[in-house]
Amino acid sequence: MRPFTYERALDPADAVARVAAHPDAAYLGGGTNLVDHLRLGVAAPGRLVDVSRLALDRVESRDDGGLRIGAAVRNSDLAAHPSVRHDFPVLSQALLAGASGQIRNMATTAGNLLQRTRCRYFQDVTTPCNKREPGSGCPAVEGRNRTLAILGASEHCVATHPSDMAVALAALDADVVVLGPSGERRIPMADLHRLPGDEPARDTTLDPGELITAVELAPLPAARRSAYRKVRDRASYAFALVSVAAVLEVEDGVVREVRIALGGVAHKPWRATRAEEALRGREATAEGFRAAAEAELGAARPLSENAFKVPMARNAITATLRGLVRAAGERA
Amino acid sequence: MPGSAGRDASAYGVGVAFARCDDGYTPDVHEAAETRETREAGEAGVASGATEAMEATEAKLTLTVDGSARTVTVDTRTSLLDALRERLGVTSPKKGCDHGQCGACTVLLDGRRTLSCLSLAVAQQGRDVVTASGLDDSGDLHPMQEAFVEHDALQCGYCTPGQICSAVGVLEEAAAGHPSLVTDPDVPAGSAVPLTDDEIRERMSGNLCRCGAYVDIVAAIRDVAAQRPPVPSR
Ligand SMILES: Cc1cc2nc3c(=O)[nH]c(=O)nc-3n(C[C@H](O)[C@H](O)[C@H](O)COP(=O)(O)OP(=O)(O)OC[C@H]3O[C@@H](n4cnc5c(N)ncnc54)[C@H](O)[C@@H]3O)c2cc1C
Ligand code: SF4
Ligand code: FES
Ligand code: FES
Repeated sequence: MRPFTYERALDPADAVARVAAHPDAAYLGGGTNLVDHLRLGVAAPGRLVDVSRLALDRVESRDDGGLRIGAAVRNSDLAAHPSVRHDFPVLSQALLAGASGQIRNMATTAGNLLQRTRCRYFQDVTTPCNKREPGSGCPAVEGRNRTLAILGASEHCVATHPSDMAVALAALDADVVVLGPSGERRIPMADLHRLPGDEPARDTTLDPGELITAVELAPLPAARRSAYRKVRDRASYAFALVSVAAVLEVEDGVVREVRIALGGVAHKPWRATRAEEALRGREATAEGFRAAAEAELGAARPLSENAFKVPMARNAITATLRGLVRAAGERA
Repeated sequence: MPGSAGRDASAYGVGVAFARCDDGYTPDVHEAAETRETREAGEAGVASGATEAMEATEAKLTLTVDGSARTVTVDTRTSLLDALRERLGVTSPKKGCDHGQCGACTVLLDGRRTLSCLSLAVAQQGRDVVTASGLDDSGDLHPMQEAFVEHDALQCGYCTPGQICSAVGVLEEAAAGHPSLVTDPDVPAGSAVPLTDDEIRERMSGNLCRCGAYVDIVAAIRDVAAQRPPVPSR
């Protein structure tokens, strides 16, 4: 492991100044991904700037009924927060579906968003990988890709983003607040993560040195009826093969509001806009849900080992929506 | 100590006045505002600004471990697990995987269960660490330890200190109303969550046992949960 210096930032602006001045500096959150990467040699910063103790550790209600979630709030505290459980249950469920109790006690909101792919080649420095070492090639395209992408991949990278929380935030149209050397800006969740294209080394649209300070949720009454469903190899403590975050509002049997995001299928949380379009204003029926899921998955390009994810995603979308209809006491 | 510039390291909290240059790493000159460092360092405990020409890749760290204040100088790369085991002689947390996957290294950090293998020691300045061997002040077994013995909830015992710290954390979290993935959504936020076997299994899923003592581990935790145990002693 490369030696590094350790500094604890005093406030967000101080953190940005410390990292922006040094191209080989990295922010340290809970460390549950970064410390592993230091040990694996996947990351080798010369300087760590600890932002986990900044006063960004609160969940605050906004005047309009939305929420502002500090970047250093621990995943377990966010999942347990009464407003999150009541107003955005999909977010609480997604958090609780991720990792383990210990890891959730450590992991921060920002670190969770910026965790990197679990593609085995990315994590193994003895193999090529375009994401880790641009231009070295992507062994996953022809190799072990069972857990990797079916949507939006490129020939350069077929990795998936591993976060459960991010999928819920994508469905909720969250905004990510970031502070950079030239000030603050807000990034809609849909634009935070990117597809690999020919630049798979870049997971996100953040500029170097930008610090995530908060995630904001606008009020969304329909989200009280929302759910997260995660399909995985074992019942707990495993990454998603496929996951679905959904918000559904049905009135008199008709879909009034629907938001669907998929995890485990792409380089970013995948907002299923085609499925949403196919559902909005239509009758809420099991057949309709299935047809909408199929409309979304028409674009799927499975790899050698992961064709199973296409029907799995279709069934997961359908089951999640049906579950929400049942929970509302309606039929589908 | 090259570069320590005659400053007292203790003035820096985690603060560091040692620079290592025997490992081929050539640190560049540090540019952080020295005045603010000096003003805030006691509380912020930053490792920066302590040297002029060299940067610190070692840090002096003070922690409470199982009730005693301990001070140790560590390479910044050292995990809390290695600091405990290799530097402080506290060997109850175990290294199973060193990648956050097994839970054998679980300790209570400021009362919350944490993986010590994924925690950098240097980031834990001033915190309170309780390991399985320090769960009870008096030197007796903690009720969770007694229950593990009673139920034969182990075979080789390697995962056990991590299981026990994790289980103590689970009781606290459930009592504080933290939900799990299997918690009935009708349990009101903030009220204690009853620890059914499903709850115990889900909440303990981050602790693997290669010997497969799971059935008895669940039984042990169920017993202690039913007795409404005292909060951990620290
Ligand atoms: C065994 C295991 C199983 C897991 N299972 C799951 C799972 O099922 N689902 C899931 O979603 N996750 C899972 N995880 C991943 C876990 O959720 C992440 O490791 C965690 O959320 C990362 O948060 P952190 O605060 O520890 O980030 P860190 O490791 O500290 O940082 C991660 C990245 O974010 C950057 N960063 C941190 N804070 C900021 C900031 N404020 N601004 C800008 N950049 C920042 C860091 O520089 C780093 O690049 C698992 C992890 C492990 C080890
Ligand atoms: S899929 Fe992406 S992360 Fe995996 S080996 Fe290919 S380039 Fe690397
Ligand atoms: S040694 Fe820490 S989780 Fe395995
Ligand atoms: S008792 Fe042997 S690993 Fe759990």
